[in-house]
Amino acid sequence: MNLVACVKRVPDTASPVRPGRDGRSIDLGGVSFVLNPYDEYAVEECLRLKEARGGQVTVLSAGGPDASKELRHCLAMGADRAVLVKDAALDRDARSTAALLAAALQRIPFDLLFFGRQAVDHDNAQVGLIVATLLGLPAVAEVSKVDVGTGAVTVRREAEGGIEVHEVPLPCVLTAQKGLNEPRYASLKGIMKAKKMQIEEMEVAAPDALLEVLRLEPPPPRPPGKMVGEGAAAAPTLVKLLRDEAKVL
Amino acid sequence: MTGEIIAFAEQREGALKKSAREVVTTAAKLGKELGAGVVAVAFAEGAVEGAGGLGRCGATEVLLAQGNGSAACARALADLARERQARAVLLPASAAGKDIAPRVAALLEVPQASDCVRLSAAAGSIEAVRPVYGGKALWTVKSRASCFLATLRPNVFPADESLGAALEPVRLPAPAGTPATLATLKEVLAPQGGRRIEVTEADVIVAGGRGMKGPEHFALLERLAEALGGTVGASRAAVDAGWRPHAEQIGQTGKTVAPTLYVACGISGAIQHLAGMSSSRVIVAINKDPEAPIFKVADYGVVGDVLEVVPALTEEVKKAKAAG
Ligand SMILES: Cc1cc2nc3c(=O)[nH]c(=O)nc-3n(C[C@H](O)[C@H](O)[C@H](O)COP(=O)(O)OP(=O)(O)OC[C@H]3O[C@@H](n4cnc5c(N)ncnc54)[C@H](O)[C@@H]3O)c2cc1C
Ligand SMILES: Nc1ncnc2c1ncn2[C@@H]1O[C@H](COP(=O)(O)O)[C@@H](O)[C@H]1O
Repeated sequence: MNLVACVKRVPDTASPVRPGRDGRSIDLGGVSFVLNPYDEYAVEECLRLKEARGGQVTVLSAGGPDASKELRHCLAMGADRAVLVKDAALDRDARSTAALLAAALQRIPFDLLFFGRQAVDHDNAQVGLIVATLLGLPAVAEVSKVDVGTGAVTVRREAEGGIEVHEVPLPCVLTAQKGLNEPRYASLKGIMKAKKMQIEEMEVAAPDALLEVLRLEPPPPRPPGKMVGEGAAAAPTLVKLLRDEAKVL
Repeated sequence: MTGEIIAFAEQREGALKKSAREVVTTAAKLGKELGAGVVAVAFAEGAVEGAGGLGRCGATEVLLAQGNGSAACARALADLARERQARAVLLPASAAGKDIAPRVAALLEVPQASDCVRLSAAAGSIEAVRPVYGGKALWTVKSRASCFLATLRPNVFPADESLGAALEPVRLPAPAGTPATLATLKEVLAPQGGRRIEVTEADVIVAGGRGMKGPEHFALLERLAEALGGTVGASRAAVDAGWRPHAEQIGQTGKTVAPTLYVACGISGAIQHLAGMSSSRVIVAINKDPEAPIFKVADYGVVGDVLEVVPALTEEVKKAKAAG
């Protein structure tokens, strides 16, 4: 089975976020980067499927040279092949990123194509479904369980109102939700092996971004709150405030 | 200027969801600025209760369309948007809306602004404000394409039923042609812990964290949620400990919620938790540590043991509700 996971390098969620000097992107001072947490679930699922059924795992990222660090992390986890689509554009929106990846994927065979639910930088939650639509493939987003059958997969997806069970013919696109699996740590042996592996580079053409970012600002601070009191004795005052002041009861 | 605004009116089991009124009202306000009509579209085989009432929220047309699954709904919306030369297509940032919108973006070749918290139109162009980096920053964006596609965070945009009069919904013919190979919905299983109000749809959320000390104490939160007419949510620590199902997790790797009232019980207020709930209207925090970061975002804070404060609060809420 050919398994492919698209992965993105993103700021660690604990990193500070401040507007940069251009007023549109973040100040990179003090920001550390990691593999997007949802993409970790995607890579882990590919590795598990390979271990259970055989095949090859390819990880694919579009970005600058720095992204090779996250690709190498995936190799250390156990991926067989890493491809970096060289991209110098700073303002890619989800649609143009998806077009870039879709073009690269014309050259990479796959049965199952995985994405993360969303990249935790711009929180778009779009790229996987756009790629699927551009490639004309069936897709299920935010899957929390995957069972591979012959020529099709059965997946679970949590929706409002219940857990949906979908059957999807291969090849198809899935996006990984938390709960899909517990990603492994890279072993020391894996890390040593990954150091020696080659990261393939690819160049493809893609349309320009169509979403223009006008401003990036810190969120407005919430007005200071009230400390109502201590312990169970505070309950009557709290209810009074919720009813008369906040008017939410 | 030609062009209309398409508003996706979500329904479930023949009843409109609250988000439908929010999305149509927002579309109508933009439409007023841009001089554009608002076409509300609901996808359903049968009738949709209240669909005609979307006229009161400012829809100038209400359509009932057929679309089995997200891919088919996306195709129908994209076709309609082309036919009407749509200026904008708006959907809720619900499970369904988030599943349909990017497919529309791909078909129409327009960019999408996800999970917007504000939309405005000025000088003929639409701008959206949306949280990025887990809510640690806000982006103001606009589309360079002729159409703007956006999903709107539920519970953030007010619904207004005084913008027009009820309309007679018009049923669209079933789409021609055979759909491509698709994912097939086989069944819908009841959520873990039984059917309940989803956190993303709840008006009141009582959320518990590690400070609840164990799964058994969540019964206290169930009771408070019931008294408030809400539902229970959880921090990642409570979910990872196996105390609560994943569906209840609120935060960066869980659900994003914006209820009218959010009660955080025994939750420290880590930045990844705040990412999912800081646009709630009123936040109450109950925590034994007066220095807990959750108090920085709370409107009302109580320092104390959740196991004592929550039952007392439940009693007081019941008394207040009984008094009317
Ligand atoms: C990539 C990433 C993604 C993440 N995503 C999420 C997410 O989506 N959602 C999320 O919630 N977290 C997320 N986290 C985890 C987050 O960083 C915190 O670890 C988590 O939110 C802590 O949960 P908690 O507040 O329940 O537990 P703790 O931080 O342990 O806090 C427990 C609180 O309970 C209080 N307490 C203890 N006993 C009592 C008592 N008897 N009465 C009253 N108060 C008491 C304590 O004072 C403390 O403040 C993520 C982390 C990472 C790295
Ligand atoms: N530059 C990129 N390179 C590779 N994969 C990406 C890139 N951007 C986004 N993705 C994938 O698309 C998913 C959703 O991203 P987004 O739509 O930006 O939230 C991510 O979890 C990744 O799997």
